[in-house]
Amino acid sequence: MNNTEQPILRVENYGKYFQLHEQGKIIPSSHDVNLDVYPGQLTALIGPTGAGKSTVLKGIYRSYLPTSGRLLFRTKDNVEIDLAQADEHLILELRRTEIAFVTQFLHALPRQATQDIVAQPLIRRGMDYSQALNIVHETLSAMNLPKALWSISPATFSGGEKQRVNLARGLVSRPRLLLLDEPTASLDPVTTEKVIGLIENLKNEGVAMLAIFHQPELVERLADSVVKLNPPIVAEQILKEIA
Amino acid sequence: MDKVLEVNNLSKVYGQGCAACFELTGPEHDTNICPKCGSVVAAHNVSFDLYKGEILGIMGESGSGKSTAVKCLYFDQKPTSGRASFFNDEKQYDLFNMNAAHQRHLMNHKFGMVYQNPHLGLNFDISAGGNIAERLLMSEVDHYGEIRKRATDLLKRTEVLAERMDELPKNFSGGMQQRVQIAKALAINPPLLFLDEVTTGLDLSVQAAILDLILEIQQENQTAMIVVTHDLGVIRLLAGRTLVMKYGRIIENGLTDQILEDPQHAYTQRLVASAL
Repeated sequence: MNNTEQPILRVENYGKYFQLHEQGKIIPSSHDVNLDVYPGQLTALIGPTGAGKSTVLKGIYRSYLPTSGRLLFRTKDNVEIDLAQADEHLILELRRTEIAFVTQFLHALPRQATQDIVAQPLIRRGMDYSQALNIVHETLSAMNLPKALWSISPATFSGGEKQRVNLARGLVSRPRLLLLDEPTASLDPVTTEKVIGLIENLKNEGVAMLAIFHQPELVERLADSVVKLNPPIVAEQILKEIA
Repeated sequence: MDKVLEVNNLSKVYGQGCAACFELTGPEHDTNICPKCGSVVAAHNVSFDLYKGEILGIMGESGSGKSTAVKCLYFDQKPTSGRASFFNDEKQYDLFNMNAAHQRHLMNHKFGMVYQNPHLGLNFDISAGGNIAERLLMSEVDHYGEIRKRATDLLKRTEVLAERMDELPKNFSGGMQQRVQIAKALAINPPLLFLDEVTTGLDLSVQAAILDLILEIQQENQTAMIVVTHDLGVIRLLAGRTLVMKYGRIIENGLTDQILEDPQHAYTQRLVASAL
């Protein structure tokens, strides 16, 4: 592995605990996570359910407010930003231009056509609608999504079809950092192969990826480095540590 | 990124007010009524900013002060203290320190407001087209043909049948009245738009259409908007950032997805947990 380049993302001692006021509880989710992600490489997050893998991705995307640690992102202008602390306007800007997140489940309005959902990130960047549609159609074909489905809402799609729509939306905008939460979980073997091909292409294009996979063979094939997370120790112990 | 609005420490007290008002009210006292003098602290130390093309959500239950904040910015109410600056065409306007004529000029030329109640935003004695014409006239568009054309375009844009533009708003359904109100607010293509509970009380399908329209307008015109609502769904759909208010205070603010997925404050957690 050639890591002479600087990492695009450096996670240092990331921790996330949820404080539930109503129940008077603190729920630990991620604890002391350290990892690097490099351009053109894929870092895989592995570990059992409850190890806080998704919580790491959500912290980087700032859907969760990190409790501790630093999430250092290097922008295309070579400025280092701590995503844990950065101003919200800056986070929104980075989401628009540099960081994309493919979540486990597709969240979309039931009245929106599939192609429009996928085109969203391009439109938000100010791309012309017809130009955006060309790119969208290319991506959807590459993912084996039947053409007949492009102009209808994904509300009635199967799990695997929805997942491809979600993935397509993350890929079209060619982000510099792509966060993937089990991108192939509900895909059949043929489509999984297609997606693997797309991910390999992205690597060749220099996209940095941080991904959660459950199938060891995918980690084997795609990951340049692997980070294993363990479920955090019980809250009292963590609290003692921070005290 | 261009800043459109900056609000600093906006406060509004209804009533006499006393030295203890701010100290004895707020979420930690579970009231916005001052126990000493009985004044209502509708908003205290509300600060935020807004950028071009951004939609900011202000969320809270009735009486939280969310509408008061917007009404002060639109000059419907006079704030007790605080500062607000509006930025447009390289100029900065100090909203609370200008005379009424200047304020009216901004309302007519730069701001749009859509109220929950169409009676507040529309003149019910004149036609839908007339309502739009009124606003265009106030912003010095006075050619009849031009006004007629703009009104037709706007009503078409907001999906009100152009054939009905000469009808009175009272003949329209609630959703249609809301569309006319939006068309009127948009007539001058304002860089700043206030939306106060605009979908509350409408049928779900009508709500969806209005919200889609608002999103399209934001994308087309890069209009900066403040959306006041108690509806988590509206916030989720429209707002990039959100403020949560309770008893006149901002108790939490952040990216909308973070507020909804990882709320920090006990009240917000309860609010999000009660979503349908």
